[in-house]
Formats: sequence, C-alpha cells, structure tokens
Amino acid sequence: MAEFSLPANSKISDKGKSYPAPAGASRTKTFRIYRWSPDDGQNPRYDSYTIDLDDCGPMVLDALIKIKGEIDPTLTFRRSCREGICGSCSMNIDGTNTLACTLAIEDVKGDVKITPLPHMQVVKDLVPDMTHFYAQYASIKPWLQTVTPAPAMKERVQSPQDREKLDGLYECILCACCSTSCPSYWWNSDRFLGPAILLQAYRWLADSRDEMTGERLDQLEDPFRLYRCHTIMNCANVCPKGLNPAKAIAEIKKMMVSRSV
Amino acid sequence: MADSYKIIDHAYDAVVVGAGGSGLRATMGIAETGLKTACITKVFPTRSHTVAAQGGIAAALGNMGPDHWTWHMYDTVKGSDWLGDQDAIEYLCREAPAAVYELEHFGVPFSRTNEGKIYQRPFGGMTQNMGEGPAAQRTCAAADRTGHAMLHALYQQSLKHDADFYIEYFAIDLIMVDGECRGVIAINMEDGSIHRFRSHSVVLATGGYGRCYFSATSAHTSTGDGGGMVLRAGLALQDMEFVQFHPTGIYGAGVLITEGARGEGGYLTNSEGERFMERYAPSAKDLASRDVVSRSMAMEIREGRGVGKEGDHIFLHLDHIDPKILHERLPGISETSKVFAGVDVTRQPIPVVPTTHYNMGGIPTNYWGEVVTLKDGNPDAVVLGLYAVGEAACVSVHGANRLGSNSLIDLVVFGRAAGLRIGSTVKPMTALPPLPKDSADFALSRLDNVRHSKGGSPVAAVRLAMQKTMQGNCSVFRTQEILDEGIRKIDAVYQQMADIGISDRSLVFNTDLVEALELDNMIGQAVVTMHSAANRTESRGAHMREDHPSRDDENWLKHTLSWFRDGGVKLDTRPVHTHTMTDEIAYIKPKARVY
Ligand SMILES: Cc1cc2nc3c(=O)[nH]c(=O)nc-3n(C[C@H](O)[C@H](O)[C@H](O)COP(=O)(O)OP(=O)(O)OC[C@H]3O[C@@H](n4cnc5c(N)ncnc54)[C@H](O)[C@@H]3O)c2cc1C
Ligand code: SF4
Ligand code: SF4
Ligand code: FES
Repeated sequence: MAEFSLPANSKISDKGKSYPAPAGASRTKTFRIYRWSPDDGQNPRYDSYTIDLDDCGPMVLDALIKIKGEIDPTLTFRRSCREGICGSCSMNIDGTNTLACTLAIEDVKGDVKITPLPHMQVVKDLVPDMTHFYAQYASIKPWLQTVTPAPAMKERVQSPQDREKLDGLYECILCACCSTSCPSYWWNSDRFLGPAILLQAYRWLADSRDEMTGERLDQLEDPFRLYRCHTIMNCANVCPKGLNPAKAIAEIKKMMVSRSV
Repeated sequence: MADSYKIIDHAYDAVVVGAGGSGLRATMGIAETGLKTACITKVFPTRSHTVAAQGGIAAALGNMGPDHWTWHMYDTVKGSDWLGDQDAIEYLCREAPAAVYELEHFGVPFSRTNEGKIYQRPFGGMTQNMGEGPAAQRTCAAADRTGHAMLHALYQQSLKHDADFYIEYFAIDLIMVDGECRGVIAINMEDGSIHRFRSHSVVLATGGYGRCYFSATSAHTSTGDGGGMVLRAGLALQDMEFVQFHPTGIYGAGVLITEGARGEGGYLTNSEGERFMERYAPSAKDLASRDVVSRSMAMEIREGRGVGKEGDHIFLHLDHIDPKILHERLPGISETSKVFAGVDVTRQPIPVVPTTHYNMGGIPTNYWGEVVTLKDGNPDAVVLGLYAVGEAACVSVHGANRLGSNSLIDLVVFGRAAGLRIGSTVKPMTALPPLPKDSADFALSRLDNVRHSKGGSPVAAVRLAMQKTMQGNCSVFRTQEILDEGIRKIDAVYQQMADIGISDRSLVFNTDLVEALELDNMIGQAVVTMHSAANRTESRGAHMREDHPSRDDENWLKHTLSWFRDGGVKLDTRPVHTHTMTDEIAYIKPKARVY
C-alpha cells in the first residue's frame, strides 16, 4: 500500500474555540473561521465567533475586523482598501472564493464559514502564500512592449474602439480568486498559468499599442501554460470584478489557431 | 537588546520605503541610474492605496481645449490658498505633461478622445486663463480607475528594472547617525526576521495618515508610518493641520465617489431638492474646490437641510446623465454605489457626506524630495540621506488645500525628481560609512516593547479612541474651544499608549503587532495635527476656524512645523517660498479666493 501522508496543516483538529454572542445581542451571526499558525505545532482548527450584527458593518470584512479588534486579536488576514480594488482580502467564504470587503454578511445564509484560498500554501490563518502566483505573473512580461520608439512629448495614439478592447481585462486586481477555483490550476499550478495570469496575457495581446504579439503567443504555445484550461468556467463565475478569464483564454486559443493557418 | 534578535544585514545605495505610485516611480528612477536599489513595502505593490485613486491625474496636455502649464500653476496656487511653495508648484506643473506621457508610454490604458488622444475631464478648481475661466478639462483619466491603471503599469515597469523588492516587510524606524539618515530597520512579516538596510539614501514614500480619523476614504494601510518614523527621529512635520475632507464619501461606508462624478455633470442637492452650491460658489458651483464644497455641505446639514432620517447627509445626483456615459466614464463608482449604498446611480441619488481624504501636511521637503528642517535659523536645511515623496511628503505643492487629481501627478513628478537627485549625488557602490554598534537598538527596543506588551488596552480600543477624537474635534468646522478640548482628549489617548497590550506573540505574520506599530505611528501625528490646528488662528483652505473666519496673510502666510517628543509638542514656523523656480513666471501674489 502506498504511503500517503498529508501535509501537517491539512488535518483539521476538532479543538476549535468558540466565542459566544455578547449578552443582549438580538441579531447574531456565527463565523466559523479556519485557524492555523506554523508557530505552535498544532493542527488547523475552526474557531467560532458569534457576533451582534447590529453592532457591526455590513460586509464580511467588517465582521473580521470586529472579531480581530474586539474578540481575538490573533486572527490573521490581509486587507487594505476595503472597497474591492486592492485584491488583498480574497478568501473562501461560504464555499466560494471572493473578496471579504464586498460580500455582504446578509448574503450568506446560515453560519459564515471562512477558509483561505484553496490549494495555496497557508502562511497563517487566512493568509495564503502568493509567491508563485506573482512569479507566474512576472513570467508573461506584463508590460507594454514595442519596437517603434514612443513619440516625444506625445501619447501613442489609440482609438476609443481599440481602447474598448481592454475593458474587462485591465481591471483585474490580481486577487487570485479565479485561479484558486480552477481545478486545472489546482493540479497543475506548477506549469499551467491559470486564468488570472492568462487574462493578463490576453490584456497585452489585445492592446493595439503592443508590438510583441508573436513573441507573446510563442511563449504561451505550450501543452501546459495555456492548454490546461478545459473551459470549466469556475473562473468566470467567481471573479469578484465580473471579469471573464475563460473568454480571454478562448480568445488566445483563437489567436493561436488563426496564426497557424 | 539587539542581541536577542538576529539581524540580517543588507547594503544598498538607495532604499525606498513604499511601493505606491510615488515609491515605485522613485524606485524605477533610481535603479535606472545604475544604483543598487531596494524597495520595501508592507503590502504587495498593487495593493497600495494608490490603486484606489479614481478620477484622474492633472496635466496641461490641452487635448480637450486650450491649456497651459502656467494656468495649472495658477489654479494650484489658488487652490492651496497661497500656502503652497511656488517654486515647487512651478516644477510640478511644468513637468506634469511629460510625466503623463511617460505613463502612457508605460502602457496605462487611458480613456481616449475620438482622435485617439488621452481623455481629460473637468475637475474642481481647474480653469483656463489664470483663473479667469472657463473650466479646463485637464484631468487625464482611465475611466474612474486611474489609480489602479497607473499603479499596475508602474509595478509592471518595475518588473523590468533591476531593483530588489522586499514585499510584506514592515519598516520600523530610520537609522539616524549625527542627524543624517543611514538606513532603515524592517521586520519581515512572513517570518518575523529583522533586517537592517544600510544605505546612502532612504526615500519615504509611505502615503498619508488618513486612518487617524474615524471615517476616511483611504485604505486601512494609510497609517502614515513615514511621518511616525520622522517624528521619532526628532525631525519636524509640516502643516499637519491641513486635512482634506472630500465632499463625496458614501454616507456610512466612507468609500469615495470621485470628484470626476461632478466633473461629468453630477450635482449635489439638500433636503429641499435645492442645488445649493449655486449659492456658495456662483460660478464654479459643484466644481468649486474641495474645501469650499465640503464646508457648504456641512453648513447645509448644520442648518437643518441635510437629507436622510437623521438629516445628516447630502444627495449626489448622477441620475440625469446618459447611462451610456456613466457606463463608459464612471463604471467603478456605479459598481461601488451599488455595493456600498445599495443605489442604482442611473435612477437614484447617492447619499454622501464630507469624509477625511488627504493629508496636505507631512514630511517637509524641497522640490528634489530632500527632507528639510529648521536648523540654526536656516528653514531649508537639508537632512542628509533622507528623502520623502508622495502623500507622506509636504513639498509643499498643495498648501492648505489640494486640488483633485493633483496628487497622482505629485507622486510621479516628485518620485522621479527624488530619483534624479539621488542619481546625481550618490556614486554606485561607494562604501557605506560604518554604523555605530547600537544602530538597531532604538527600533528593536520599540519592537520588543510592543511585542511583549501586556497592558489592558487592546490596539483596536486605543485606535478607536484616537479616531473618534480626531473626527469629533479636528474636523470641517473648528474653534478654539473644540480644538483645546481636542488637545486634552488626544493627549489623554496618547497616555493610553503606555497601557497597550497585544495578544499575538507569534513571529509569523503578526498583524496584531503590525497594527500596534501602525497605531504608534499614527498617534504622534494625530497629536501634532490637533496642536497645529489649535495654534493656527486663521482660516485657510481646509483649515476652517469659525472663530477666525478670514485668512490672515500678515501673521499666517507661513508653514507650521511640529515636533513630538515623549508626549510633548513643539511648534515653530517656516516661511512660504515667495519665489518661483524660473523667470518664466512671476510669483503669484495672494488675493481673495472666490470660486
Ligand atoms: C479613494 C481615493 C481616491 C483618490 N483619487 C485620486 C485621484 O483621482 N487623483 C489624485 O490625484 N489623487 C487621488 N487620491 C489621492 C491619492 O490616491 C493618494 O494621495 C496617493 O495615491 C498616495 O500615494 P503614495 O505613493 O504617497 O502612497 P500610497 O499609495 O499610500 O502607498 C504607500 C506605500 O507605502 C508602503 N508603506 C507604508 N508604511 C510602510 C512601512 N512601515 N513599511 C513598509 N512599507 C510601508 C505601503 O506598503 C505602500 O506601498 C485619492 C485618494 C483616495 C483615498
Ligand atoms: S475555464 Fe479554464 S481557466 Fe477557467 S476555471 Fe475552467 S479550466 Fe480554469
Ligand atoms: S480575473 Fe478576477 S478573480 Fe481573477 S485575479 Fe483578476 S480580478 Fe481576481
Ligand atoms: S480590502 Fe482591498 S479588495 Fe478587499
């Protein structure tokens, strides 16, 4: 029989702590939150915090901040803008990857279960290690590449129609909600770029100012980097910015086909 | 002290603290000169607060009608209520067009005109013909996501450059030796290791301290860490009483609705449905400068004409604008209004209220980004090795009130300037002078104190007390009585810092510890802000004193300097520069400021 050992932090212990609702609270909600720290040698656990919604802001992030501020300062998560534009607070809430700061508590039925983005190394609690994701981003050379020198003291001209082609692409906040919901990415993230990075790859392919289309496509022409997408569509369903990476990937595949004929 | 922590040493020609717009532009510029450069940032670069900027970046490109950098300069001087330094303002406005073209060449997806040029929108206080009018369309926009477009492009560019990024490293304190800056001490959040960055020059690009207030448009990470480090280094901050309240933060959530919404035709109404700005600013109306609009709104609310159950806010209307235009030019705020106010902007008004937005004050610098201080009677004495750029700095181009879209341009113009200055003064890889043995002790003893603190006051409780005090006593309307009470209260909050206690003792990603250090950075700035405000007995720009309603150029055409040591505040002043940079434009003399 093959030895099969799970990493230390994948066995959930049942010794989670439970923090009851404050006395007199009438509108309560319970948050069940994944906790793990590499420091204490313990298995992960779920802690439960019951809070009074009448004394809390409307978003899941408001609840996390309240729990950290008033109940348990050791609870660890990333946040910055609190308005869905910085991409810090991506996590799995109620089974879906999303941003804690733009998801209303009301929209979650029953207890709110929160875990880190799936299939990522966990640094602590809800903080995943994004290093590999960022390295994949850098690997596609996500910057404007041209041969023609830029005009002096003038912009490069781009028609409003050409500019419109970037809508739905440039708005990506690199939250990784899509990539970490993609089964192909879970199993092949070492080589498959995943939806977020491919969306960005397409953002540069679609930019009328960029002059490296051929090179960019060459880079993606690989059985893994691009072609592990099997159009499962999870990515488009979860993107908190309403972007559609699957469509961008399809566009890249089309470009591949049309240049090979 | 230092013995109990293992220190990892690094040597650089230049270290930039911060990877927002200003920090990234400085990092790139320095790296380009061949200097060995590091950039330290507590959040991944594209998570910096700059990403949230919406409306645009000002530069006199003239894509939408006649424009000239001197007109931009005039508006900025007037917007600053003459407190801005005109040499620096000239530098900013002159360099602005080149800086925007550079961003476009970097790949920023600006919105476009029919001819394919960068689209520019009207913004408050931006006019043609040296204030004579009409309004100028000067604010270059990428829909209403300009900061996002710009910050991502700058990060993408920085990937091409040879600079070392230290991401999720929190800078604790400067290393100061004999009044010169020699580096910075930081903690790697991922594993708690301590890093000593020795360097010929340190650039603080740490952003504003908006989170000193209870309701702010800025990110949770806008805690003014650079200002905190500077105060602890015994240096002064400048013009801290000038805090901008943006007219249109979403009521309750504090999330911003860009001034670009009014630039595209939006307007404000009170409970009587009146477009009240026509009364306060007959010619500029809803596009008067921010201090004027915020004060008018606060006045309407105070006089009982606010909207909502409590009569404590105002409506912003976009419902008359063609939904197609809204979709094309203001998609982000349409989404934001839906999420945070439950409002469909094509049909309903947005509930808004003046909200803390920007810090005009900060670390005093000249227009090369060099930090200056008052020393032996010299108000422009340079602090060797130390630079500041972006919202953390006070150059001062925004004076008593910043015009919308003038911050993003400030970030790139002065980020670049600091890079040029460092490039011309530091020779690559010249030996760093030896540091005294105790160079890390100051930072580490602070860290150690906080890390093992066991007092009865959690960070969140003290932070809340500070935020409520600043909100209540240092807001849009100020009087001596309110401010003096504010001083007593904020000084008391400062005393509570001695009783801080944190719960997380781990070294891995300890955000309890980081938030305590951030609070320690904020509290000093909150205290000097309150004291500076109580001291300035005039009204100028964002600093509105009801008991001293007029501007007093005779006594107060000068910058406030504030120092903070062991809970005590010392105040002094620096003259405003009454000269321009070149002979191409004469000093613009103070006159009455009407919109
Ligand atoms: C909602 C909103 C909208 C805005 N819209 C506009 C607009 O349309 N036009 C305009 O001109 N201005 C706008 N502004 C103002 C402008 O966005 C900010 O002034 C500007 O982005 C500040 O940039 P910065 O580079 O100074 O710092 P930030 O972008 O705030 O970045 C600070 C950096 O410093 C780092 N840092 C801080 N402390 C530490 C530490 N201790 N250790 C390590 N790193 C640290 C952070 O990680 C971050 O990278 C807006 C502001 C807000 C709040
Ligand atoms: S469509 Fe492709 S990229 Fe998106 S989730 Fe499915 S497999 Fe992944
Ligand atoms: S495409 Fe959407 S989900 Fe994916 S990283 Fe970008 S913003 Fe996040
Ligand atoms: S905190 Fe920035 S996206 Fe949620």
